[in-house]
Parts: sequence; C-alpha cells; structure tokens
Amino acid sequence: MLQFSRPEAGRLVISLLGNWREGGDYPPFAAVQNQLEQSPAPLHIAFDCSGLTGWNSVLITFLIDIIDYAQRHGIAVERESLPPGIAGLLKLAYAVPERAGARQEEVRPTLMERLGQAVYGLWISTAEVLSFIGEATAACGRLFRGRVRFRRRELLVIIQESGIQALPIVSLISVLVGLILAFVGSIQLSMFGAQIYIANLVGIGIFRQMGAIMTGVIMAGRTGAAFAAQLGTMQTTEEIDALKTLGIPPMDYLVLPRMIALFLMMPLLCLYADFMGVLGGFIVGVTMLDLNFLEYYHQTTGAIRLNDMWVGLFMSAVFGVLIAAIGCLRGLQCERSAAAVGKATTSAVVTAIVAIVIATAAITVLCNILGI
Amino acid sequence: MSDYFDINAPHIAVKDLIMAYGDFVLQRNLTFTIRRGEIFIIMGGSGCGKSTLLKHLIGLKKPARGEIYFHGRNYWQAEEGDREKITRTFGVLYQGGALWSSLTLAENIALPLEEYTELSARQIRKIAALKLALVGLKGFEDYYPAQISGGMVKRAGLARAMALDPEILFFDEPSAGLDPISSRLLDDLILQLRDSLGATIVVVTHELASIFAIADNSVFLDAAAGTMIAAGDPKSLLAEATDPVVRNFLTRGGSLADGRPAAIGEGC
Repeated sequence: MLQFSRPEAGRLVISLLGNWREGGDYPPFAAVQNQLEQSPAPLHIAFDCSGLTGWNSVLITFLIDIIDYAQRHGIAVERESLPPGIAGLLKLAYAVPERAGARQEEVRPTLMERLGQAVYGLWISTAEVLSFIGEATAACGRLFRGRVRFRRRELLVIIQESGIQALPIVSLISVLVGLILAFVGSIQLSMFGAQIYIANLVGIGIFRQMGAIMTGVIMAGRTGAAFAAQLGTMQTTEEIDALKTLGIPPMDYLVLPRMIALFLMMPLLCLYADFMGVLGGFIVGVTMLDLNFLEYYHQTTGAIRLNDMWVGLFMSAVFGVLIAAIGCLRGLQCERSAAAVGKATTSAVVTAIVAIVIATAAITVLCNILGI
Repeated sequence: MSDYFDINAPHIAVKDLIMAYGDFVLQRNLTFTIRRGEIFIIMGGSGCGKSTLLKHLIGLKKPARGEIYFHGRNYWQAEEGDREKITRTFGVLYQGGALWSSLTLAENIALPLEEYTELSARQIRKIAALKLALVGLKGFEDYYPAQISGGMVKRAGLARAMALDPEILFFDEPSAGLDPISSRLLDDLILQLRDSLGATIVVVTHELASIFAIADNSVFLDAAAGTMIAAGDPKSLLAEATDPVVRNFLTRGGSLADGRPAAIGEGC
C-alpha cells in the first residue's frame, strides 16, 4: 500500500497504492517516519496517487500524521499532488486553527482540593434540600389556608397511578414476603414443635414493619422514580420554566399533589400489603405445616395488637411523604439533558430507599422509648 | 395598571446588565431600550448568550449585576407581589414549545386563565378555542402535544403565550426546526399579532430572513467581544455597520478561507 522513492536528492515521493477502503492492515506511520529520518533528510515530500483505487478516513489521518511531522521538522509537503477529494478534506481539517485553551488539560486535583470540593458540594446540596423542605412546608401552609393552585384532576390521576395501579405488584411482593418469613421461621420453630407461633412471627413482623417497608421500597422504585423522571423531563423541555413565567409555583402545582397523593395512598397500600403478607404466612402454615385453618386464624388475631398496625401505618405515611418529596426534589434539580434525567431517577430511588431505612430505624427507636 | 406603571417610560429598559454563570461572565455592559409596540430582535452567533439574555428578561435568571426596567419599574428590586404582577404581563414562546405534555392543547391554554381570571369554565373553553383559531389550529382543542407536529406545537405554544392577552410577547428562536414556509407563516403571524394586539415583541433569533422581515430594532451580541457590538434597525445596520462581524452576520459573509473562520460555532 506504500512505496517510497527518491527521484532526486532531498525529495521523497510516497506512492499510495491499492484500495485503502478495504480495511485490513494499514501501514503504520512509523514506516514513513523511518524514511524521513534516513539521511540525507528529505526537504520535500510529494505523493504519487496514480495507483490509489480507494480511500477512507484512515488515509486522511495517516496523511495528517505525515503533514504534522513535516511541519515540526520544516519539511515541505506538496499537497497538490494529492487527489482533489483528499486535498479538500485536508484543507478543511487545517482551515480553523486550534483555539488556544480549547483543549481540555487533564487536571488531577490534590487530595485537599477534592476534600474541599466534596465538602462544598455537600454544603450546596444540604442548602438545596433545606430550601426545598422550607418551600414545601410553606406550600403545605398555603394548602391549609386554601390558597394552593393545582388541578384536582391532576391529583386524582396521580392517586390512581400511584395507588390502585400499584396493587398487583404490592400483592405479589407482600404474599411472597409472607411466604418467605413463614418458611424461614418454620424451620427453627418446628425444632421446638412450636409451629403455631409462625402466626405470631408473620403477623407481628408484617403488620409492624415488613408491610410498610416493602410497600415503601416498591413505591420508591415505582412511583418515586416516575416522579423524578417526569419532573426531570419537564425541566429539560422547559415546561417548568413555562409554569414559572406564568407565576405558577412548581411547588404548588407539581410537588404538592404528588406528596398528598402518596401521603394518602401509602397507608392504604400498606394495610393491603399487611393482609396479603399474612395470607402468605397462612398459605405456608396451612399447606406445609399442617396447621388448622381456624387455629392459625385465632393465633394471628390474638398476636397482633392494634398498636402494631398503627405503627406500620404511621411509618408508611412518613415513607409516602419522603418518597414523593425526594422524587420531586431530584426531578427539579435535574439538568437539561437526557443523561441528567437518568441520573435524577437513579438518585431519587437510592436516596428514597436510604431515607426509608433511616426513618424506620428512627421510628423503631422512638416506639421503643415510648413503649408502643 | 396605568397608575402603577409609568407609561411614558420605555416598555423595557436594560441598564449595564452583566450576565454570568458562576464566575464565567457571558456578556457585560448591555444597555438598550425597547419601545412599546416594537418588534425587537436579539441576534448574534451561536452561544453568544441570546437565550440567556431572554431568560434574564423574563425573570428566570437573576442578573449578576445591572438593572432591568419594565415601564420604569425595576424588576429585580420590586416586591415579590409586584414582580409577579409584571411577570403576568409576559407571554413566552419557548424554543421547543414547552407545552405541558399531560394536558391537551385547550387545557394548556386554559391553565393560566383558570389561575388568574374568574371566568367560567365555558368562557375559558371558548377563549382557548379562539386562541387556537388565531394560530390556525381550529379544532385541535383536545389533542395532546405529542399527537401534533413540531410546527403545530410551536403555534400552540404561541396560543398559550397569548392566553392572558400579554403586553409583551417573548419568542425564543421561533423558526428553529421549522421549514421555510412554516417559518415565514410564523413571521406573518408575529406581525399581525403586533398590529392587532399592540403588544411589544421580543424575538431571539439568528434567522436572517425573519430578522429583515419583522424587525424594528435590534441588539447584536458577540461572544468574542463579550458584549453588544451593534444596535438599531437591522436594515440600517446592513447599510451602515462597519464592524466586520456584524457585516458578515447580516450578509452571510465570510468563508473558511478568509475572514474570521473561528467565529463559526464559537460558544460557551
């Protein structure tokens, strides 16, 4: 594909041969460099393209390597000897000189710099979260004074999407969690012949904690992510700007209905999940442990106190507000690109799940202290 | 409103405005005025800060320094309630239309009316139909934004911008993404609206054909200079401007081989 000749002293003719389009082994630039470094060093480079039958961008980059090398070493390149197509592309490539400072240098920040930036970033995001909480609280205040402006239909649509439409997945997960709890417990309890206490284990476990936590995690992944993606996309398409310029606060119009919807729906979903979970335990108890149907029922109703249920429902209402607020916050913080929407969604789910775990711990400790 | 605003003052006045993102100053020393009923163009190459200037004018971005007056009222020093009152005299057509995708076209137009007027649902529906008819979308009331073409989305966005009978209409790149005929029709629509509504119109664009067709006055921003380098009626700028950047812009001059090739795509 490449041949060299020196018709006269100080002149190197590079013959480009064959079809460069076909791929395969392209000659390395080193081959040319070898020639250029041989003494006597050439002062001119010319090209002979009579044998060239096809070319692509590889040839252009190859030529650019040659031209750059030649420029550095003060060798003249006769570009006129190239076919017009190639010469044209080369002309374009060199038409606009590289702008000073345009190339991004790789800067490796020192440890202190990175630490400082991390702390600063943490401070900024804390401030954002605090101002979001403040604005949301103010919006709630307006809600109680009857001065908020959102469409009731919007609220109903969100309630439908985040409530009723979540029932199938909540059913599935809760029944399975009930099954698993009963199954794992039965192995230990049957060692003492105390299989009947499966009903207590499943009933209290589900009603007090697992029902709320599982619905929380499902809703964080299902609805929290949806909120972040919706609001993030509205941010990229300037729909939120359009609200702002009409003087409609996104907090009232977008965030508040979502928080209300989840605040109302989460306890209902949680209650439903509680019963589904107990059903799961019941299936294992009756079919695999040969417990009597009525016996299991009485054991369950005897074990669960009303307070257990209230704790679970209270937790789920807290989760609802957290999930909606975090989803909306991440959506509103979203930058204007498709990648940013993805990031916002991920961050909404991760933050919401962390918040759920922390809230569970806090409420559990609180209940312990209060003796509930 | 007339006792609140000084009607004799220019409709919009920008004084010593500095626009910045963090430490990065985009444009400085912007000073110009826009008279009532004028079609005012903000022009310049890509990335010179045209759209950012628009964001400053419609109150989405706070100036790093400098003042913006509407009828003699300082926008950023006004009380929040007053600022909202000024903002309500704006209508904005965003680059991508920015229609609320969960609402139909009629609902998009109805939303601001429901917010700010005491009109009945029937009246609102009628007004929405009228605004859609004005932009040539009669009968499309119950379509969702995703169901209509890009040009129609733009026109529906214009209908929404006109919902509250604004005194100032802002257009962000109205002809971006439109074919020459639609873009020409939009220009005609802008002229007709100005004549019949008497509204002041501010347009961000780099579309030469539109600029010469509709402009009364303009300001030219340059990225390299970091400020405005020309102002006035584009037609007289074309005749008189001496600055090579302005001349090249208005005449589609300059080429890769000569002039200032680096001006292409110079951006932030």
